[in-house]
Amino acid sequence: MSKPIKQIHLAAHFPGVNNTTVWSDPAAGSHIEFSSFARFAQTAERGKFDFLFLAEGLRLREQNGHIYDLDVVGRPDTFTVLAALAAVTDRLGLTGTINSTFNEPYEVARQFASLDHLSGGRAAWNVVTSWDAFTGENFRRGGFLAEDQRYERAQTFLQTAEELFDSWSGDEIVADKDAGVFLSTPHAGAFAHKDAHFDIRGRFNVPRSPQGRPVIFQAGDSDQGRDFAASQADAIFSRHSTLVAGQAFYEDVKGRLSRYGRHRDDLLILPAATFVIGDTDAEAEELAHEIRLAQVSPQTAIKFLEQLWNRDLSDHDPDGPLPTVGPVVGENTISRGRASVRMFKDSIAIANEWRAKAEAKNLSTRELIVEVTGRQSFVGSADTIATTINDLVQADASDGFILVPHITPGGLDPFVDHVVPLLQERGVFRTEYTGTTLRDHLGLSPLPAPRRNANADNATGMAS
Amino acid sequence: MANSSSPDQLHLAVALDGAGWHPAAWRENDARPGELFDPGYWADLVAEAERGLLDFVTIEDSLGLQSDDPFEPDDRIDRVRGRLDAVLIAARVAPLTNGIGLVPAATVTQTEPFHVSKSIATLDYVSTGRAGVRVQISPRPDVADLFGRRALPALSAIKDPAAQQQVNEYFAEAADYVEVLRRLWDSWEDDAEIRDVASGRFVDRDKLHYIDFDGRWFSVKGPSITPRPPQGQPIVAALGHGGLSHQLIASSTDVGFVTPHNAAEAADIAADIDTLRRASGRLEDTVHVFGDVVVFLDDDPKAAQARRRRLDELAGAEYRSDAEIFVGTPGQLADLLLEWQAAGLSGFRMRPASLPHDLIQITDNLIPELRRRGRFRSAYESATLRGLLGLPRPADRYAIA
Repeated sequence: MSKPIKQIHLAAHFPGVNNTTVWSDPAAGSHIEFSSFARFAQTAERGKFDFLFLAEGLRLREQNGHIYDLDVVGRPDTFTVLAALAAVTDRLGLTGTINSTFNEPYEVARQFASLDHLSGGRAAWNVVTSWDAFTGENFRRGGFLAEDQRYERAQTFLQTAEELFDSWSGDEIVADKDAGVFLSTPHAGAFAHKDAHFDIRGRFNVPRSPQGRPVIFQAGDSDQGRDFAASQADAIFSRHSTLVAGQAFYEDVKGRLSRYGRHRDDLLILPAATFVIGDTDAEAEELAHEIRLAQVSPQTAIKFLEQLWNRDLSDHDPDGPLPTVGPVVGENTISRGRASVRMFKDSIAIANEWRAKAEAKNLSTRELIVEVTGRQSFVGSADTIATTINDLVQADASDGFILVPHITPGGLDPFVDHVVPLLQERGVFRTEYTGTTLRDHLGLSPLPAPRRNANADNATGMAS
Repeated sequence: MANSSSPDQLHLAVALDGAGWHPAAWRENDARPGELFDPGYWADLVAEAERGLLDFVTIEDSLGLQSDDPFEPDDRIDRVRGRLDAVLIAARVAPLTNGIGLVPAATVTQTEPFHVSKSIATLDYVSTGRAGVRVQISPRPDVADLFGRRALPALSAIKDPAAQQQVNEYFAEAADYVEVLRRLWDSWEDDAEIRDVASGRFVDRDKLHYIDFDGRWFSVKGPSITPRPPQGQPIVAALGHGGLSHQLIASSTDVGFVTPHNAAEAADIAADIDTLRRASGRLEDTVHVFGDVVVFLDDDPKAAQARRRRLDELAGAEYRSDAEIFVGTPGQLADLLLEWQAAGLSGFRMRPASLPHDLIQITDNLIPELRRRGRFRSAYESATLRGLLGLPRPADRYAIA
């Protein structure tokens, strides 16, 4: 008996503030005006995508003590732009990345519940966490969190928010004009939560939203992050878009679900992926190389080098060989506000690998950086890409992809125009939305209504 | 031709809150109490206000659940309870409108100025220059308990000197908060984005500025993550009832909502705020003083009075308000507004007793009446809220002239 054919899930990541996004292309438009966001979202909806995805960063990045100026800089407030996008789209899911360190559960729950109402059940929350005092300098609460507490705080933050979402069961508003009864119970929204991070009580003021709560995404890759996802998330935004790495990640995370009493279908694995489409595979390869050069300008190549070398290399020639000096070992002080830098575990070993590669292929610094950073996930004709994506999903390397175009706002158009119809022809991607909520699109069953006033007795008891 | 820059032109706003400001408004025949959490309800109300060419709508908000008790929650089930985040409602209706200003309320006592600054800047982007924010304090300890970050002392009576002192602190914090909002909005100069391919630079970082605010309640480094919004500085508004609230209006806002009960009080308040504005060094700045008025409007004054009585009976108590309660015809209201305007107010924020009834009375009858008297616009004369209020787009405080 053959395995049933899986339906692919597709999402569109609004191009971000890193060098994947090519702002120097003549086709590149505004990264901040609402018309760009509307155009991008409407393209995704035209392609029947599951959702739009927005990343987050709460402090402008710095390198060598200066604001990093080579990539796109500046972005809107996530909740506000998603609420506006709800007005110009009808079915598209709206996923926002919101940090659990620099927010409080009550306000985040309030904003997501409001967004879910205002979008008719299309809200999703990518729960991320951070600990850096650098970002904390923009906030009242500062950067107090110890690194080893960040997952604990994220987990309990989410749990607390879920208690708030569940503080209304969904049948409280009767609005009976004749009887003069607006609420069926005086305890609607009552909650009380106390743990090491949060001690809050009262009544939540947003009634239960169409999805019950936003769809929950998680993006961490560590062991702790995977457990967090397996226990509490509806989907994972992963980095593993290739067959072997994807299958390993997929099996690992899906395998953890049963520990938390969950089914394999309760969690979707959605890696981020970039793409370059050409009329032929050969044309796409050429195009991909041109895009890589645009993504790694001579100035950008030096900045990448500095991030690994952890020292000022502003005088280094990007068209010459790698520097003769080695990386500075220890705390990375050259770059701030950038998650990827924290992932350089052994800079000496990586530098040696780079050096060997550059010598073997006779590459300049810039050519080497083009080789070792961020090659596109899918390069080829529309047919090749459709086949690749379908093969990866059917082979359980993922359940679909979160696509990151390199041009704002038109970069999604070729995918929607040329790849989506092929996937639809093959019967692996929807031709029409069959539901109205993001849970519907993702194939997640509706959440049961929480037990009526589960927290009310407790909350009332504590208040008295 | 009506023009916002001529001083005899009235500025008018409508304050949207649930089903209206009377607690029994939700029981009216035309009320839609089952739709208060649907986007279509808010889109319809704002479209109606825009049909009347009003300067802006405000959208009420509170972190805690509504309560008839000013100091603590109540257990009532016969009143509207629950609300959506006002900034998000404003953002949701922004793309559906193109002339009217959108001024949601934001609580400043518990929230992060960095977050609110970028959310209002973003509201300005999604509305292409029609955003504002009404800052409000939240002194209730039960609301602080929702956040758990700081314990606030209980306020048992507003006249108590200790309570007064505490409230003064909240207003002082609000002034710092607005300072941070304004600095963050200016933290990107207008031409900071350069896209210079030759040097590989997207921004000119000399035009991005740390705000380095260091105050009693918070410090914020900056710059904002959001570029300078279309208006440069979105409108800041606050409601005041004297004392330090007038100081906040005078020192920090563009529009103050005040609650006089006659023309003489209107004159006194306008003069007080004007004096405070000069004393705070804002010699060249305009601070609009808007009178807040609750309105029960019908074609026949007897019908308006009967409606108020009927709603009071349904509510089980006479409706009271901090603001003047006007009951009568749109023509009579026009007389009152123009009289108070002559006393020194530049506009009004009307609080409809019930929705949509009193809003439609405003757009169908009050506005045409004011227009007949040559005192209200017949078309939007500007694409931005600042423009409608006759305020120039301000220079960036960090730009070197």
